Amino acid sequence: MVDTVSLVDEALHAIASSNDEKSLEQLRVDFLGKKGSLTGLLKGLGKLSPEERPKAGEQINVAKRQVQEALELRKKDLVEQALNAQLSAEAVDVTLPGRKQSAGGLHPVSKTIARIQSIFEAAGYSVAEGPEIEDDYHNFTALNIPEHHPARAMHDTFYIDPATVLRTHTSPVQVRVMENGEPPFRMICPGRVYRCDSDLTHTPMFHQVEGLVVDKDVSFADLKGTIEEFVRAFFEDDRDVRFRPSYFPFTEPSAEFDMSCVMCHGKGCRVCGHTGWVEIGGCGMVHPNVLKMSNIDAENYTGFAFGVGVERMAMLRYGVSDLRLFFENDLKFLKQFN
Amino acid sequence: MIFSEQWVREWVNPSITTEQLVEQLTMAGLEVDACGPVAAEFTNIVVAEVLSVEPHPDADKLRVCQVNDGSNTVQVVCGAPNVRAGMRVPFAQVGARLVNPADDSVLKIKKAKLRGVESNGMLCSSEELGISESADGLLDLPADAPIGTDIREYLHLDDKAIELDLTPNRGDCLGISGISREIAALNDCELKPVEIAAVAAQIQDTFPVKISAQSACPRYLGRVVRDIDVAAPTPLWMQEKLRRSGIRSIDIVVDITNYVLLELGQPMHAFDLQQLSAGIDVRMATVGEKITLLDGKELTLAADDLVIADGSGPLALAGIMGGENSGVGQGTKDVFLECAYFSALALAGRARRYGLHTDASHRYERGVDYKLQPQAMERATALLVELAGGKAGPVIEAEGELPVAPTVALSFAKVSKVLGVTIARDQIMQILKAIGLIILSDTEEQVEVEVPSFRFDISLDVDLIEEIARVYGYNNLPKTSPTATLALGKSKEAEIPLVRFKNQLAALGYQEVITYSFVEPALLQKIQPEIAPVPLQNPISNDLSVMRTSLWPGLINALKHNANRQQERVRLFECGQVFLRTGDVTRQPPKIAGLIYGELNPQLWCDSKKGVDFFDIKGDLESILELSMNCESYQFVKGSHPALHSGQCAAIEFEGREVGLLGALNPALQRDLGISDRVYLFELDLATLQAASVPKAAELSKFPEVSRDLAIVIDEAVTGGEIMANVRENAGSLLVDLRIFDVYQGDAMEKSKKSIALGLTLQHPSRTLSDEDINAIIDSCVNGLEAKFNAKLRN
Repeated sequence: MVDTVSLVDEALHAIASSNDEKSLEQLRVDFLGKKGSLTGLLKGLGKLSPEERPKAGEQINVAKRQVQEALELRKKDLVEQALNAQLSAEAVDVTLPGRKQSAGGLHPVSKTIARIQSIFEAAGYSVAEGPEIEDDYHNFTALNIPEHHPARAMHDTFYIDPATVLRTHTSPVQVRVMENGEPPFRMICPGRVYRCDSDLTHTPMFHQVEGLVVDKDVSFADLKGTIEEFVRAFFEDDRDVRFRPSYFPFTEPSAEFDMSCVMCHGKGCRVCGHTGWVEIGGCGMVHPNVLKMSNIDAENYTGFAFGVGVERMAMLRYGVSDLRLFFENDLKFLKQFN
Repeated sequence: MIFSEQWVREWVNPSITTEQLVEQLTMAGLEVDACGPVAAEFTNIVVAEVLSVEPHPDADKLRVCQVNDGSNTVQVVCGAPNVRAGMRVPFAQVGARLVNPADDSVLKIKKAKLRGVESNGMLCSSEELGISESADGLLDLPADAPIGTDIREYLHLDDKAIELDLTPNRGDCLGISGISREIAALNDCELKPVEIAAVAAQIQDTFPVKISAQSACPRYLGRVVRDIDVAAPTPLWMQEKLRRSGIRSIDIVVDITNYVLLELGQPMHAFDLQQLSAGIDVRMATVGEKITLLDGKELTLAADDLVIADGSGPLALAGIMGGENSGVGQGTKDVFLECAYFSALALAGRARRYGLHTDASHRYERGVDYKLQPQAMERATALLVELAGGKAGPVIEAEGELPVAPTVALSFAKVSKVLGVTIARDQIMQILKAIGLIILSDTEEQVEVEVPSFRFDISLDVDLIEEIARVYGYNNLPKTSPTATLALGKSKEAEIPLVRFKNQLAALGYQEVITYSFVEPALLQKIQPEIAPVPLQNPISNDLSVMRTSLWPGLINALKHNANRQQERVRLFECGQVFLRTGDVTRQPPKIAGLIYGELNPQLWCDSKKGVDFFDIKGDLESILELSMNCESYQFVKGSHPALHSGQCAAIEFEGREVGLLGALNPALQRDLGISDRVYLFELDLATLQAASVPKAAELSKFPEVSRDLAIVIDEAVTGGEIMANVRENAGSLLVDLRIFDVYQGDAMEKSKKSIALGLTLQHPSRTLSDEDINAIIDSCVNGLEAKFNAKLRN
């Protein structure tokens, strides 16, 4: 007979008291390794009689399996314990802020231009830009504003020299596009414009988006429809839009357009000067002289043009009360739009 | 143009309210800017007669008056210096309520004792009625003012002053007559113009008139009126009409010419006949000729200034302002009235040239009715004779080149085409007639009209279409969406939209700013001293007087604004044109520029602080260059710029051309600008950045990549860029990636040497690389570095 019981007892006791994988491995070597004590019993089988051998062998194998299972079970326990210890050691305060770069953003005027642009681009309008120092011809003459025209005085123009100005509107870009292309045209021109004026409601630089459509059979009704659709798309609201006759040398008929006040919805308040309407921009049918000067056949083509002030649109859309904030570039103001 | 509603209603009186009238005018293109009462709000003020005036027993400056207010005689204590027995004055009865228009405070008149004497009401000045800014005594009413009448009724104070913001094409509405004509057309109602009868000459005196400038002055009427009384008072009704149009009463002659100006839109001028010599000549000025105007200002004239001259020289700047020496004054007895038509072109811009803007120049520049002068002259003469006495001579008329009325043909089909709606032929005809166009002929298809002498803004068919649309009502026209062919446009894949770069910078924590394109010359001089900026001729102020040559001054100003407001970390960018002048050519290239300042990251509970440095901004810049798809075409080379730190400045080159700059703000300049911490900046040419290329895919190798590290010791002056270029050249085409992963300089190194660790990744397109292949490449790289820079492998 071989004595496996005491060896197994010894092994199970040692396994139970083992506290780490390393000592457990040592126990496996000690009991089950090539030179291990249980393995050693197998070597003693030769001394037994052939009748005793199978039974003794079976007995030893059972003991080995018993120890093996105990080892595996203990190992699984230890791994689990170690993982639990790691998880609890690595716990963080999930409410603390994350590591990041601060958020930047686009200027509200840029955002507004981008928004206007996307509305028109979706309808197939292209976008054109042009120089800000502009010659007198493109800023005035080609727009049917000859020298000494009273409309020039309305523009408060900055001069570089008598024949060169800072553009007072983005209309010269339309002229440049028409001069270098063939109708039909559907385009908008966003950009900086300049007027020699600075007070509570004027800054010497501001932004405009002007639009131009030239094609066969473009009518004033199309202009009205386009403006109303634009205003409603921009403000995401079915505002009333009205058109008042006005005067621009480069359009005939000309109009200014107003929208029912964003603040009081037409009831009358301080923002709209108690009229219920806020002025948004100017528009009209392109004057035949302008088409002719840009070499466009004014008999067969008609067109409409419109312009809006970007800062004004941004003020009405975002509730900005002071125009000058746009150019102070105070981060506290700008971050509100990010 | 400000006008009195009542005055207009004398000419045309549609049955609509003031509010409706205001709305109608605005919607017809005569925008109403303001509409307000012509007097203060008050009740219970009547015309009263002062029966007697006695001194106050206890006050030197007060008087005790007996006043008849039509129903009673009451005692009133009054402090006005001009109170006298027999005068008629506005009288606020006990119970009257007066609102002060300046501050809306309310004065209630009660029975009171003033220094012990009972007072039952208040005698009023024009100021208290709100019909003048200030007054130094009681309003002295005419002797025939009916006692007991409500003063509001007597002075017609239930009136509104309506201010029109007229567009420059509507000079015809710069008078009551023109506004009335427009209102009559809009309401389809009768116009009742003031009746003007010719004043027969009582004397035969004339003064010669000649027009030398025939095209500038197509018509000039003159008339001598002798023996007038310039001291005659202007009647209250006329003063009130002038006042309600914003014109102050001066003297009877000036008031009459202003009255005619307001009523008919015709500027007039009165000369003191005694001051005139020889004869009137309407001529162009000779260069250098001088004139002193009514306002005392002396002008030196130019050849294109039109003057009214006599034997002694220029008397008046035609259509703008009269001269100081020839005007009507206290001693004037005889006047020479001028009523002329000067062409708009001859006057355009002239007044502004001398910083002038007058009621006359405003009208002439926009166009005055060239057939109006005879009527206006008769109107003024009649008023003068009636109100200031005097005997009129005959009208002298000189003519230059009178304008020819344009005729315009309009096809009815075009009206529909342009407006997008069909308006009935009859309605079109009716509108054209109502606004004063003279129908020459008409068929089923078209109408031909002559433009009336008061309209200067109609010469084409589209001008008539605007008139039709205006009277028809813009808001009655339909709204449609334009139709167009659905042709597809171009889509340039190699052109990167600006917004991609903006969004990338925003993601890196940069805030976009928009700064003025004009900057302060002194600041620009500090930042960009080598380029002379383009100056503005008429800047708004000195600190906005030159066009920027760099985006940096704007960014630095924005930084300072925020740094002064407790912002400790600032990251900004801007996109926009800069203005670079060489000789006569000004280039306006768009740029993108950025600035960082302060801590790299927002302060966090777990990380230590780290201020930004050169490689932070360079990394940000590289990340936007990467968007361009050809990042490797950009080279950073050591650069120099007056505003940047000499040791931390890189020029960015693209295909050998400098397209940008990057670096630390020069510490001396930083201190000079009052900035407390380091600032790093970049600026890049946008056109280059946006011109990318369409990606082109290469075949991928299926064989393994091999990495090798190489550490060399090299002279510290050799740049990383040079080392990388040398390795690339010697490694050949199998090198697929190269990076510097360590730079060491310190105690363990020989002085003026540094250690550079390079990581090379090699790969062959069609086979696995052998050790021999790899060793050969590495040897070639090491040998190359040694040959060029005397670099040694580090042990």
